[in-house]
Amino acid sequence: MRWQTKEKAVERIVSAVGLFSVIVLLLIGFFLFKEAFFIFYKIGVMKVLFGMAWYPTYEPPEFGMFPLIMGTVAVTILTSLLAIPLGIATAVYIAEVAHHRVKEILKPVIEMLASFPSVVLGFFGMVVVAPILSNWLSPILSEHIPELLRSTGIPLLSTTVADFFYDKLFIASGLNISTAALMLTARAIPVISSIAEDALTAVPRTYREASYSLGAGKWDTIWRVVIPSSVSGLSVAVILGIGTIVGETMIVLMVAGGAAVIPYWIFDAARPMPAAIAAEMAEAPFRSLHYHALFGIGAILFLITFGLSLLSDFISKKYRSVRIGEKI
Amino acid sequence: MTETFRDARAPIDALRKRGRNLTESFFLSLIRLLGSVGALILFAILFFVAYNGIHILSWEFITQPPLDAMTKGGIFPVIVGTVLLTMLCMIVVMPIGVTTAIFLSEYAKPGLLLKIVMMSIYTLAGVPSVVFGLFGLAVFVVTLNFGMSLLAGSLTLAIMVLPYIISTSEEALKAVPYSFKEASLACGATKWQTIRKVILPTALPGILTGAILGTAKVSGETAPIMFTAAAFFTTGLPRSVFEPVMALPYHIYVLATAGTHIEETRPIQYGTALTLIVLVLGMNLLGIILRSRQRKKRAW
Repeated sequence: MRWQTKEKAVERIVSAVGLFSVIVLLLIGFFLFKEAFFIFYKIGVMKVLFGMAWYPTYEPPEFGMFPLIMGTVAVTILTSLLAIPLGIATAVYIAEVAHHRVKEILKPVIEMLASFPSVVLGFFGMVVVAPILSNWLSPILSEHIPELLRSTGIPLLSTTVADFFYDKLFIASGLNISTAALMLTARAIPVISSIAEDALTAVPRTYREASYSLGAGKWDTIWRVVIPSSVSGLSVAVILGIGTIVGETMIVLMVAGGAAVIPYWIFDAARPMPAAIAAEMAEAPFRSLHYHALFGIGAILFLITFGLSLLSDFISKKYRSVRIGEKI
Repeated sequence: MTETFRDARAPIDALRKRGRNLTESFFLSLIRLLGSVGALILFAILFFVAYNGIHILSWEFITQPPLDAMTKGGIFPVIVGTVLLTMLCMIVVMPIGVTTAIFLSEYAKPGLLLKIVMMSIYTLAGVPSVVFGLFGLAVFVVTLNFGMSLLAGSLTLAIMVLPYIISTSEEALKAVPYSFKEASLACGATKWQTIRKVILPTALPGILTGAILGTAKVSGETAPIMFTAAAFFTTGLPRSVFEPVMALPYHIYVLATAGTHIEETRPIQYGTALTLIVLVLGMNLLGIILRSRQRKKRAW
């Protein structure tokens, strides 16, 4: 009888510990919303979410998060433009194109990029990429090219296009959302490519063989067979990549420029949401409105990533049912 | 008739075939190019930091405390801080993570409860690191009154890395063949005896590899320890778990952005960044090599 009681006790303990992550997730939600509630209650949800001014240390302070939210949106869009094609191309390269030996090197290298400390990426952005942009790229784009264009004398090209270069491609500071997007790309590529690679390898070999037997080449097979049949897995990769970009803190904190204004152009500075939390928490007095406002930002970030996780889970479940049905 | 027809089409077919081959090779080369960008970025940053940091690294640099308002001296307490944070974090997270993995792979019955647990782990993995920092601040620093401390930081990091430890451990447990389990049960062993004496030992190398990779991840994190553990400067080493510590990632951030001597401390920044990279990528490489060896060695 004794071993049976022991077995039961062990099962109880193991099951209880198994619930730990559920409890932790609930606790995270509870504490974030508990500390965030006050700012929404005191200022009003609409005024906080869509307020145009973030002046938390002014007298009276203002807590409009819209510039911060738009900062995150801008950085995320810019990064996605780079990271999604690059991430998926990396996955296609590893899963479909690369020679066995190349694959054996590239895969661990990408995995190492995934765990590369983001503070070093931010540091690299600050000391290398930002100076390159402002000292080297900016003069070329906003001085040399317009000069060259003006000297040609071709209508439109020597006026409108030259003015565009002159006005818009002048980079006042290297710390802006483009630099942030470049460094965030390094962060997002490994996330997107590792999930996308799983999606690509999950495509049955018979699909590829059928395509080859019809006379299609390698690229035709990748483009018309492998990618379309793994599109839901690829979209999961993209969604989780976006989640990484939205939540990444150190890079945007160090290189996005820090100005809490809405960025209207790719060389404007911004203060995305995680950067605001990281930069201001140390100076926000405990349990002040500012402290609660920063938890409010945290709660919004939590909700966004929670939503993205649910969405990707939903898509990957649906994807499995498609695969079982073999609808293609 | 057909003969002439075929003759007339031959050059067009040849052209078409050539065109198709061109598109093929163009797009495949494009994939090769774009697919290498990630690796190139890694090597560029590695080279840059190593090039600028290698002449700073010396025995003195890693064994001396910072001197003269951090403009001189080494980073000894910073390294110790990171090592302590990561070790304490792993001590806390490993039992919980492995037990959860045992629950998922051996005990949990399919149903709503399992779905909720899996979903929580999945969601937890997607939570931004700065949000874990806020959670650690609200719970460990304030509510449990640990203050900015080694303990609060380690616990925050432990919660952050938990989903990763669970999934690597679960993978290791699930790789144990079913026949091992059946053989043990057939010998009259109970379920728990089977887990303890057969499944866990077989899965141990895989679990440890996950732990090493998790350690690499944790030691490079900045945001979770910013408000929970990291200090700009401490005199000497921490004497208890309730004291704040210096940490490599936070040290880089502070020196590069907040000090009054940003340009002066540049060499120390490079040195610290190189130390961190060597630590993180070294452990990562170790984990990756161990994992691929285990996969090759697996006899079943």
